[in-house]
Amino acid sequence: MSYKILDKKQLSGSVFEMTIDAPEIARAAHAGQFFILRVNECGERVPFTFSDWNADDGWIRFIFMRVGKSTHLLEDIEKGDSLRDVAGPMGHPTATEVGSRWTADRSIAEGDHLVVVGGGVGTAVAYPVARAAVEAGAKVTVICGARTQELLILQDELEALDLADLIIVTDDGSAGREGLVTEPLRELCASGDVDRVFVVGPGIMMKFCSATTAEFQVPTLASLNPIMVDGTGMCGACRIQVGGQTKFGCVDGPDFDAHVVDWEELMTRQRVYAEQERLADGEYMRSCECHE
Amino acid sequence: MSSDAARHPMPERDAKERARSFEEVTLGYDAATALAEAQRCLQCKNPPCEKGCPVSVRIRDFIGQIVADDLAESIKLLKERNALPAVCGRVCPQESQCEAKCVRGVKSEPVAIGRLERFVADWNRARPLDERCGIEKAASNGKSVAVVGSGPAGLACAGELAQLGYAVTVFEALHAGGGVLAYGIPEFRLPKAILGDEIASLERAGVNFKYNEVVGRVTNAQQLLDSGFDAVFFGTGAGLPTFLGIEGENYNGVYSANEYLTRINLMKAYRFPVYDTPIWEGHNVVVVGGGNVAMDAARCALRMRADKVTIVYRRTIDEMPARNEEIEHAIEEGVQIKELCSPLKIEGSQGWCTGLEVQQMKLAEPDESGRRSPVTDGSKPFVIDCDTIITAVGTGANPLTPDATSGIELSKWGYVIADEDGRTSDPRIFAGGDIVTGAATVILAMGAGKKAARAIHTGLT
Repeated sequence: MSYKILDKKQLSGSVFEMTIDAPEIARAAHAGQFFILRVNECGERVPFTFSDWNADDGWIRFIFMRVGKSTHLLEDIEKGDSLRDVAGPMGHPTATEVGSRWTADRSIAEGDHLVVVGGGVGTAVAYPVARAAVEAGAKVTVICGARTQELLILQDELEALDLADLIIVTDDGSAGREGLVTEPLRELCASGDVDRVFVVGPGIMMKFCSATTAEFQVPTLASLNPIMVDGTGMCGACRIQVGGQTKFGCVDGPDFDAHVVDWEELMTRQRVYAEQERLADGEYMRSCECHE
Repeated sequence: MSSDAARHPMPERDAKERARSFEEVTLGYDAATALAEAQRCLQCKNPPCEKGCPVSVRIRDFIGQIVADDLAESIKLLKERNALPAVCGRVCPQESQCEAKCVRGVKSEPVAIGRLERFVADWNRARPLDERCGIEKAASNGKSVAVVGSGPAGLACAGELAQLGYAVTVFEALHAGGGVLAYGIPEFRLPKAILGDEIASLERAGVNFKYNEVVGRVTNAQQLLDSGFDAVFFGTGAGLPTFLGIEGENYNGVYSANEYLTRINLMKAYRFPVYDTPIWEGHNVVVVGGGNVAMDAARCALRMRADKVTIVYRRTIDEMPARNEEIEHAIEEGVQIKELCSPLKIEGSQGWCTGLEVQQMKLAEPDESGRRSPVTDGSKPFVIDCDTIITAVGTGANPLTPDATSGIELSKWGYVIADEDGRTSDPRIFAGGDIVTGAATVILAMGAGKKAARAIHTGLT
């Protein structure tokens, strides 16, 4: 089995979009789910959430930011090359259908106003979740945040959705509103018009979004991104405290009730291999002429 | 005539040297030792050893062929009943199975059946491919079976079905085959090249392996049947790691044995940064548990350059479920064992574990079943300093099972309900191994896979 790269686009200096030939996975994929890839025989298993897929044409798509060796390897392979392994879909799809459960005490109701918040490359997950919610009949507002304009992704795709509103926020004000995603989120929640919230992005951003919606008691799901190995429930690397219980990100998630996630623990656990990751990426950079 | 020589010890590498290396610990018999050991076999008329084997290997006859110097015939006899002799010769608990029933064992020590099995299998592996005894590829019977999971149960089931003429496709969620043989059992006990050879031999017999196939997400039993398979076998194992359920378990530096072993064995973290998967190399490692998995984790930790590795177990060494050989090897290599210690809490600082608080226990008077349970001895709890804790306290049914098995009956713990022959509540769906019994041994899972293959064959003809 070869997982050929059908397309690769550079979205900004360090952000890339990759489209992979994977018909079986494309047929089974849903919004909010992820897959695991290995670039080559020595590669680690890295999870990525789908940013898009097409069951008819048999491809899946994801967006990544270059942060360590594995994403560096991904940056350095091109259209026409193949990935060693791609497995998925994994995790539960994000709830979208009317009647299905959102959080423990809230089900999705007809005409719900859903606010989807995507921060940084998290927008790659926010997009298909917003799209699926629109398709399921919800009123959807998307808040899309990035450090600066250059790092905003999927703007055309989001524009094309039938959204109630698309709110752009940048830290430096180079596009949309200047500030943090929590600000428009707070205003929306305060208006009393928000029924549900979905957040995806860096841990710290999700933590503050969750604190914001908790104030207004708006049921909120967060798509978590803990470190994983197998992704099938076998190793427990991705365990997280949710509501005082240990849950596995891979098989119980990736979406959890944001108000009861132990955010500090999640972020601490995400940093466990920081030192090794720097070492591996440093070695790779030295060995690779193109980064001299 | 059988020989009265003593059982021949297994040559193994020096404990000090091997404790820092992932190379195989035991070296295997040479031809002369194998012959001498084989000559100890009494060639019983009704060999009781064979009744101790979950896959009914023709033990007397394969050993007889070693004595007769016909190893080609010997491997044929082995392979006829056991698809993975090089694996079983290494990891089976022979002392509680075939060797426990050996007549020689009554007055002296039993014949070293496992070591002889390994000798014959390794001899075969060393032969050129075209001379090697493989699994007989039968003429196609026009029927096909999907085997889910490529662990011991799945491989045994696939091998048996291929020999019966079925087109077999194995669906494996990971990127490599072997299940627990690949992710769980370390290189120094079961070199991955051996597993690779066994899988290649199944491929030559026509078995098709599909990796990266997460059954339960990408497809399920019903869809497999709808797509044309005549039956589905689930050998998906008991993969979900159990944690201790104590405070501090999510500190960095705390691993399930599954994660620790998967990083090292499947992902080759011991070769980081050549391989990309990292692992936290603790200096002071505590392993909780007393089974083979605990021994594997402790011995891996030594090889990952730990200064000190301590196994903490609630009962005493005598009650440990691990094989004696594994416990002995671990101790020889420098693993320390703290018996009668029950974990209470994991201490930590700045997100990282720093110690394991334990209660000293004592064994209570035997209960009706004769088992002595550990109870607190009333002393004050104390802390074992450590920077890494690995919990090897058992596993549960994989949570993908309900999605994968399309509505067949499961127990309240999530295991598949199946009879002796692997039949489930759906006549076209079969299961065997740890996903039915809960965590057991490689060879029991293989036995279950084989039996299910027979049941599938009976059901489809």
